[in-house]
Amino acid sequence: MRHLLTQFWSSTVDGLTVGAIYGLIALGYTLVYGVLKLINFAHSEIFMIGTFAALFTLHALDVTHQQTGVTLIGVLLLVVLASMAASSSAAVILERLAYRPLRRRGASRLAALISAIGASFFLQELFAERYGRDIRTFPRVMPNTTLFSIGDGVVTSEKALVFVSALAMMVILDLFVTRTRLGRGIRATAQDPETAVLMGVNIDRVVRVTFLLGGAMAGVAAALFSVRLKSTQYNVGFILGVKAFTAAVLGGIGNLRGALLGGLVIGLAENYGASVWGSQWKDVISFVFLVLVLMFRPTGLLGESLSRSKA
Amino acid sequence: MKRPDITGAFSRRWRALPSWVRWVARLAALAIALVLPAQSIARVMAPGSDWRTLLFFPIGVYVLLAVGLNVVVGQAGLLDLGYVAFFAIGAYSMALLGHNEHWNFWLILPAGTALAGLAGVVLGAPTLRLRGDYLAIVTLGFGEIVRISANNVNFTGGPRGISGVPHPPSVHGVKQLTFGVLDARPYYYLVLAAIVVVIVVSRRLERSRVGRAWASIREDEDAAELMGVPTLRFKLWAFAIGASFGGMTGVIWGSKVISITPDNFPLALSILILACVVLGGSGNLPGVVLGAFVVAWLPEYFRGAAAGKPLTHALNWVIGAHATDFAEYRTMLFGAALVALMVFRPQGLLPSTRRRAEMREGEGGLGTMGAVADEPQHIGEPE
Amino acid sequence: MSTHAGGSALLELRQVTMRFGGVVAVQELDVSITEGQIFGLIGPNGAGKTTVFNIVTGVYQPTSGEVRFAGDVVHGIAPHRVTALGVARTFQNIRLFANMTALENVMVGADARHRTGVPHALFGLPRHRREEREGRAKALELLDFVGIPGVAEETAKNLPYGDQRRLEIARALATDPRLLLLDEPAAGMNPAEKMSMQQLIRTIRDVGRTILLIEHDMGLVMGISDRVAVLDFGRKIAEGEPSAVQNDDKVIEAYLGVAPDAP
Repeated sequence: MRHLLTQFWSSTVDGLTVGAIYGLIALGYTLVYGVLKLINFAHSEIFMIGTFAALFTLHALDVTHQQTGVTLIGVLLLVVLASMAASSSAAVILERLAYRPLRRRGASRLAALISAIGASFFLQELFAERYGRDIRTFPRVMPNTTLFSIGDGVVTSEKALVFVSALAMMVILDLFVTRTRLGRGIRATAQDPETAVLMGVNIDRVVRVTFLLGGAMAGVAAALFSVRLKSTQYNVGFILGVKAFTAAVLGGIGNLRGALLGGLVIGLAENYGASVWGSQWKDVISFVFLVLVLMFRPTGLLGESLSRSKA
Repeated sequence: MKRPDITGAFSRRWRALPSWVRWVARLAALAIALVLPAQSIARVMAPGSDWRTLLFFPIGVYVLLAVGLNVVVGQAGLLDLGYVAFFAIGAYSMALLGHNEHWNFWLILPAGTALAGLAGVVLGAPTLRLRGDYLAIVTLGFGEIVRISANNVNFTGGPRGISGVPHPPSVHGVKQLTFGVLDARPYYYLVLAAIVVVIVVSRRLERSRVGRAWASIREDEDAAELMGVPTLRFKLWAFAIGASFGGMTGVIWGSKVISITPDNFPLALSILILACVVLGGSGNLPGVVLGAFVVAWLPEYFRGAAAGKPLTHALNWVIGAHATDFAEYRTMLFGAALVALMVFRPQGLLPSTRRRAEMREGEGGLGTMGAVADEPQHIGEPE
Repeated sequence: MSTHAGGSALLELRQVTMRFGGVVAVQELDVSITEGQIFGLIGPNGAGKTTVFNIVTGVYQPTSGEVRFAGDVVHGIAPHRVTALGVARTFQNIRLFANMTALENVMVGADARHRTGVPHALFGLPRHRREEREGRAKALELLDFVGIPGVAEETAKNLPYGDQRRLEIARALATDPRLLLLDEPAAGMNPAEKMSMQQLIRTIRDVGRTILLIEHDMGLVMGISDRVAVLDFGRKIAEGEPSAVQNDDKVIEAYLGVAPDAP
């Protein structure tokens, strides 16, 4: 307990930082679930693919050490764009191959889930075989300057970048979903697919855009993750995916703001928990959170009512 | 368009056969199973590997796990992605009770089985209200919690696990029942006996009101509840029974391997066993046995055999990888196989018609059975 | 039309209200059904009729009000317990166990009255075997009773529509209910089939069950019910003997534009 108090601010800062990444990934889960009622189990690999894209971009640009000023911004932009492109394309291809045929057939949700699981394992192993199972490290791209401190918590430029970017992406996504025609189509399909079709909504396009957006968010998360944690691996997506999915459910599945909120809560919870019980239990904390949330509050904090207990 | 219900037709034909014919068929299958460890078969099935060890693990163990999971997934229609947790509980029971407390194997077997069953009840009681994908994720979480906890806790030996796990007591003088280190045959017979027990129990329950209740829950849980089926209670039974079988398998496996670590219980194993069940046609016992056999045996076959090399080279070329052994591709190919299975195989494979329809005025359902061929739980809109 | 004399209130709804978020599906409903009655529940689409069924069978907990069955409170208990108390139903959109045989469907209903569980089944104990035999016999009898004797081994989803409706009734009857809720049993049937269904419903009542019936076919409902209640937008707007209700202005207005079928 003592540790919790002495490390409170550092836990908070770290929790919010990592939580922002969880939230971004969670957006992908919550979008797809909101529209298709499908848990995109392979979303974790969409994220992983983004991290590898970031890695290869840095190699291609021959970046081996810190950058500053305009070069830094340029590099970061390229990395983000590359990750977003890779992740969103992967997501769209995934939808086309693993989910659309099932939609066409009116397959059950469980069939879709199993297909998702298969896709997830396939992608993980594919990258493992192609690029090896070892951890791949990133060079430090950003100088990690301290911006300010609160208590024992240090806010650095890296952490600030992650947090602010995540927030910004969420706002952009929110605007897209509420203000654009395509966004309206997404919301309509999420609420009532049959009526949406009758109203002239092109479901296939809506689904494709949903996956694209979710993938793009995961791509941003991947870029930020790479800049901040400076390493990746073929199975980096798994644990992150579980945490992000928990965040999505915690916030209220289908609820975009809830996804970010859920991510932050999970991030904070696991850091506070780690200060009490040790960091080797971080992942268990997330799993336990997941189990508890699904058991006791499956509709989430901000609520998006799935049909009572008949979800 | 509905594909013909192949497995359904087959099982009807089977039931139509006179009773003695079915018994002869069963005994024949048992005889074949008993004879499997023979050297002549070994040369064909596993050139270059120890066939008898393979028969025990992965083949025997996978079959046993698959038949156990079949009760949960195939019969009751509950998607469990954390089945490996019960296997782990059984294995650790064997290790701890055997190594630390020096219990006899035959005492540990019921203890480990019961412990796993209890874990199933503890996990199931609060979570079986959830359905479909949410239950799947919760069970996945539980499986991982067990593995990570085993890794972090001193009691279970942490990442190094437990070694010096004893073997079952041998029957003096009987070579086939001498539980040593090198010869896997006695362990295989043990697994075989367990498989027979599990199959008998499975069948018994399937033919009774229990199996009917499970089938009705699988078909339409809400309607079943309204027809007087205490759905939660029966789901819990399925879970507990499945968990017990998983634990039993863990005890048996643990009694051979001498040392166990948390790495023996990855999520991938849960998925693999699930793949066995789904591949075989959930609920269809012979199919599940066959599915597990194939899933366990094929990669091992390709590992040593001549056919493995060109396949591995081909895959290496396509992907740009450098695998030395076909077995490295096992999980990847199974992932692809799962997707292909769901995309191309007819719907009969999975727990069918789980209606999620709200029973509200004017809403709900999708019209009459038979008139509309779709599954009610659509993703996206009905075509 | 017979009015069965005597019989206490078997089902009572007192001031039952059902709210879903902002929508009030049922409003302060008072209904009392006497044992041995055939009670008709009619009203335009969306009036709340199936919601009433869901409340009575325990699928929904009413937002307020009381539901009593044979004097006991039944709101707030699990559906399978409600069935155990003696209430069974069929569904507007047929919910048979599609891939099970007709016989198996009915046997599931019969299982509701069995007392043996997993241990008994596992060890093949005598009581279990006896209950299995009895359940099977009862199921066959019921298939005969509802008029589909030959279909026992047919898969439910392969049966013709009319047989499916009857099968659903047989399954509900297998739970040995005192009160049977029928949700549009004659939907989609031609006149000859409707006559036949009407006769079946009467027979069910004559062997001692009480029936609550939702139906859109006015001729059928009016021709068979002892008493009728009319719902509109979740409120009861009329109740009484069929002839009285049929001529009630409020009822005609609610159905404006929809002429009742010729009886």
